[in-house]
Amino acid sequence: MDSSVLLNLGMQLGWLILLVLMIVVPLLITVAYVTYAERKVLALVQLRMGPNLVGPFGLLQPFADGLKLIAKETIIPTGANRALFVAAPILLFFLSLVSWAVIPFDVGLVLADINVGVLYLFALSSLGVYGIIIAGWASNSKYSFLGSLRSAAQMVSYEVSIGLVIITVLLLAGSMNLSTIIIGQAGGITGWYIWPLLPMFFIFFISGLAETNRCPFDLPEGESELVGGFNTEYSSMTFALFFLGEYANMILMSAMTAVLFLGGWHSPIPGDDVIPGLVWFAAKIAFCLFVFIWVRATMPRFRYDQLMRLGWKIFLPFSLLYVVGVAAYVTFFRGAL
Amino acid sequence: METFLAYLNEAPGTVLPGLMFYVLAIVLLYAGVMVITARNPVHSVLFLILAFFNAAGLFLLLGAEFIAMLLVIVYVGAVAVLFLFVVMMLDIDFEQLRKGFVRNLPLGLLAGVVLAAQGIMFAISWSFAEGAKEGKGPTVLSSATNTEQIGQVLYTHYMLPFQVAGLVLLVAMIGAIVLTHRGNTGVKRQKVAAQNSRRPADVLKLNSVNPGEGV
Repeated sequence: MDSSVLLNLGMQLGWLILLVLMIVVPLLITVAYVTYAERKVLALVQLRMGPNLVGPFGLLQPFADGLKLIAKETIIPTGANRALFVAAPILLFFLSLVSWAVIPFDVGLVLADINVGVLYLFALSSLGVYGIIIAGWASNSKYSFLGSLRSAAQMVSYEVSIGLVIITVLLLAGSMNLSTIIIGQAGGITGWYIWPLLPMFFIFFISGLAETNRCPFDLPEGESELVGGFNTEYSSMTFALFFLGEYANMILMSAMTAVLFLGGWHSPIPGDDVIPGLVWFAAKIAFCLFVFIWVRATMPRFRYDQLMRLGWKIFLPFSLLYVVGVAAYVTFFRGAL
Repeated sequence: METFLAYLNEAPGTVLPGLMFYVLAIVLLYAGVMVITARNPVHSVLFLILAFFNAAGLFLLLGAEFIAMLLVIVYVGAVAVLFLFVVMMLDIDFEQLRKGFVRNLPLGLLAGVVLAAQGIMFAISWSFAEGAKEGKGPTVLSSATNTEQIGQVLYTHYMLPFQVAGLVLLVAMIGAIVLTHRGNTGVKRQKVAAQNSRRPADVLKLNSVNPGEGV
């Protein structure tokens, strides 16, 4: 192996690491401020002040929380499976970060513009369940295990309808490449796929709530029944990783909603190119995140059988019918792809 | 930024894809061995998942991204989750499992030898693509993505087998439900339609009660 080969390899790896850091660092800062936004919005809904002491308007609160978590002791329960107990939060956090590789932030601004971008996102979101189920099992605690079983059943159920919703978008766009899907939604707010697929948009968003274990589907961590669910036994940095992963997944779900239904980087005004696409994309993600928090502030938690009924008996048949309808429309009115 | 990466990939003497192949292949083999030797059945399933993953990675290196993603979605995302679910719920006696190992060894060896023989026979008669032995990349037949190519073949040439396979799966699914479904009696279930169709007039009666008289 001569030096040019090593140089090439080093440059490839170095360049990749630089690109990854360019995505991960802003993402983690966003995660920190989503926790802040969540506390502020919940506080405003409940007529409170929210965090306002650390820094101006409490803006440094997330960093104070993070420092506190890092400084705490990591407790590993005696009966726990040590390796898996530590691996589970790392896996969950890792999965929530790698999904961002295929998200196009602006025209051409994407780390990996792969042909099967949608499938990649779908595959990774279906892997998230492993982090939770391993955490629950490795903790060797009843509450954790029950929480993780609930979560596994819930995520597997709602993935089915998410898959069908994604198929309707793919049928309209005729491609699994995320950039192509966004380009297909050009031409202002009327070109977005949210209008032809409005019911699917709601199903996708609600399934997204279930997929990220958010209120009103946060049964896996239902504190009134399961203490804290799958993360009952976790403390310190291991808990922080779960927390970061959950919020990164929330942002990812919002980004997917923006890409699939809200036109990604496109401006709602046709022909507008004053404001850069990145800003529009961020604004759409921020709006979806706000709705996530808003739902949490207003909705009571579902009962488990109601959750399953909603997923299997309402969303699944309806989205299946809609897939057939969209496929028929694409074939007969638009000409075959 | 894409172009710089592409330039590095095209540069003479790039070793990253080759390196990736060896990393994935070694981890795949290691995981495969650990599936059958791991003491704890949960660890076995997790190693199986790792093996699926690395196989998907190998498909990616071959340029078969659609198959790779399907492998992850179907096997890792659905089949293995249920597998893990069941194995975690089972109350397994590890000592009992150890004893079964020696008894089942001849049968396992026989199956292994047959599989290996088939694999070797298959490999001998394999016809390699142009340049495959020199370690060149896959030959790209057309500009269409391989999702499109698979779709074209599946829904034209293999339409009937594809539909029949779907029907067989449907029958198996219904069969599994019929076999395991027990009509539980004495279970109170929620009747959502009945609840929603209840009207105040049907179930409420307002009495005005005068003081000291009762209803």
